[in-house]
Amino acid sequence: MIDAVGHPSSLLLLGGTSEIGLAVAERYLQGGPVRVVLAGRQSPRLADAAARLTRAGASVETVEFDARDAAVHTEAVRKAFAGGDIDVALVAFGLLGDQEKAWQDIDVAVELAEVNYVAAVSVGVALAAEFRRQGHGHLVALSSVAAERPRRSNFVYGSSKAGLDAFYTGLTEALRGEGIGVTVVRPGFVHTKMTEGMSPAPLSTTPEAVAEVVVAAVRNRKEQVWAPAPLRALMSVLRHIPRPIFRRLPV
Amino acid sequence: MPRSVKTLAGWARTAPSRATVLTGDDVASTEALAEAVAGAGSRGVIARGLGRSYGDTAQNAGGLVLDMTARDKIHNVDAGTGLVDLDAGVSLDRLMRVALPFGLWVPVLPGTRQVTIGGAIANDIHGKNHHTAGSFGDHVVSMDLLLASGEVRRLEPDGPESELFWATVGGIGLTGVILRATIRMTKTETAYFVADTERTANLDETIERFSDGSDEAYDYSSAWFDSISTGSKLGRAALGRGSLARLDELPARLRRDPLKFDAPQLATLPDVFPNGLANKATFSLIGELYYRKTKNKRGQIQNLTAFYHPLDLFGDWNRAYGSKGFLQYQFIVPLAAEDEFRAIVRDIAESGHVSFLNVFKKFGEGNRAPLSFPMPGWNICVDFPIVEGLGAFCRSLDERVLAMGGRLYTAKDSRTDPDTFAAMYPRLDEWRKVRDAADPDGVFASDMSRRLRLTR
Repeated sequence: MIDAVGHPSSLLLLGGTSEIGLAVAERYLQGGPVRVVLAGRQSPRLADAAARLTRAGASVETVEFDARDAAVHTEAVRKAFAGGDIDVALVAFGLLGDQEKAWQDIDVAVELAEVNYVAAVSVGVALAAEFRRQGHGHLVALSSVAAERPRRSNFVYGSSKAGLDAFYTGLTEALRGEGIGVTVVRPGFVHTKMTEGMSPAPLSTTPEAVAEVVVAAVRNRKEQVWAPAPLRALMSVLRHIPRPIFRRLPV
Repeated sequence: MPRSVKTLAGWARTAPSRATVLTGDDVASTEALAEAVAGAGSRGVIARGLGRSYGDTAQNAGGLVLDMTARDKIHNVDAGTGLVDLDAGVSLDRLMRVALPFGLWVPVLPGTRQVTIGGAIANDIHGKNHHTAGSFGDHVVSMDLLLASGEVRRLEPDGPESELFWATVGGIGLTGVILRATIRMTKTETAYFVADTERTANLDETIERFSDGSDEAYDYSSAWFDSISTGSKLGRAALGRGSLARLDELPARLRRDPLKFDAPQLATLPDVFPNGLANKATFSLIGELYYRKTKNKRGQIQNLTAFYHPLDLFGDWNRAYGSKGFLQYQFIVPLAAEDEFRAIVRDIAESGHVSFLNVFKKFGEGNRAPLSFPMPGWNICVDFPIVEGLGAFCRSLDERVLAMGGRLYTAKDSRTDPDTFAAMYPRLDEWRKVRDAADPDGVFASDMSRRLRLTR
């Protein structure tokens, strides 16, 4: 159960090496013990992530999970719930990819769509079923501001996140009456390995700051949040700027 | 079928969860109840009374919850022996109304009468008379418990299954479903109190008043204390202490109907309060008024509401905290830890977390129940609106309470962790052994049992 002050006893990270996901786990661990289930491909990076959270005081389990392989998603989610209730599940996996390749190379484009959209939908269905069975829980999906308006520079990524965003926004409504919370998080540019070497967009942020936003959103049962918060107003303006002007903006 | 899926929360309105709730005939009939328990499924079952526990004791996400208020028969009242035989779903309010004409008084009354007999036993509740009368479990002569197996056992405090009796007292519903009980009532000539009220100027004076032996002269005693003012006013209190009045102590006006149930309610609060209204400014103001209203007066005749349940003047007062709810933090520490206890009261006042409904009481001896809360010590109850940083503050309080050899109360807790709880209740394993033997498959479960890992 998420307790009276918003602290969960257990956390599932789908995308067990996600820097934002691990920052969320560490933020929760500051507030007391948490059982963390890391779902990801067996790799030294996953082992490092488990070791890092163990050092931070978590009891950690890992579950084999590959976002590219939809056939195993239901089983992976079922295994993640086998060790006891999951209070918060974070859908944190995703690819950024090479955007210039992505709109010209079919394989790259399809991989982005499969990982960022198809897999997010597939685990979303599986998580919703498990949460309904246990009668409580909170689902957090990492979307992106790129989902709000396609830009020339990263529209393949943006389109996949737009799909994820629409699915989880709808799932929020579907699960409302079931006592299960869903939060869609829209971060801006986050300084991580995934964005290393790229020039940061305005209002860039860090995994720790996004984690802060996620934890507050779960505690306050918020359904839609931006990280950092001022992006909400900025994106609202950007969405309505006419295209001839929008395409000249340095965003 | 009177069966529906509902969202349930505790009185503090935090951490709600969904469960299938069984009501009406399905609960009133023991056969149907046994059948429901047998078919509870993997998420288990828990009994619920009037939902006055603040946290997650009487909710069971994804599982079954038995609304026991359908079992509401009072089978027998014996004015001679003072014994009342009644169903677990009867409220203390109703018991009081029925028993008063016989000159019988509910032996242990908590801060509200809106709790069931089952809940009173399962939480081993206490009242202002703990130092003279103990807790509710001490007044239970026998009870019927529906086990996971479907059998009904009659348990007595010193009977052949006394271990299961005491594991059920304070056992928050995890040993079985309490169906019926026989309670030994207190005999009384009137329904009024002879009360002394007084103000203390600071914490030292408050502790002194409870330590100078004067407390022993009263059957009932507790204090409201100021947990917001710091400096010289820190811990100042309004004490209310008294005993049930004898007939000859009543003025002629009341003597005509000395056992009248006299507990007025002014209004029920509507559910319109915004979050954040419960803040330092409003609490300081109300606190100041309450403190000033209390006069140093001896020998006043007071009715139940005035002396015991001032909050009952306002029904559903929990709504004043807004939709985010609040957190009730009640702890007890041994008398020896007096210095550290002073420090903790000071740190609460200086924390910036504001609380208005603060109760201070010195407790007497505890009983044999492994999970019973009371022990000889200083008891403090505060309630904080839910704000950022409250979790970390409560964790720091937990550590200090534990270091003093103290503990938290299950009926109030909504946030502590399994290891802290286990360290606070050193007899937890003894309780688990008895519980697991009575319910080997872990049929009885609640959100609290999962949060605190109380059951397998």
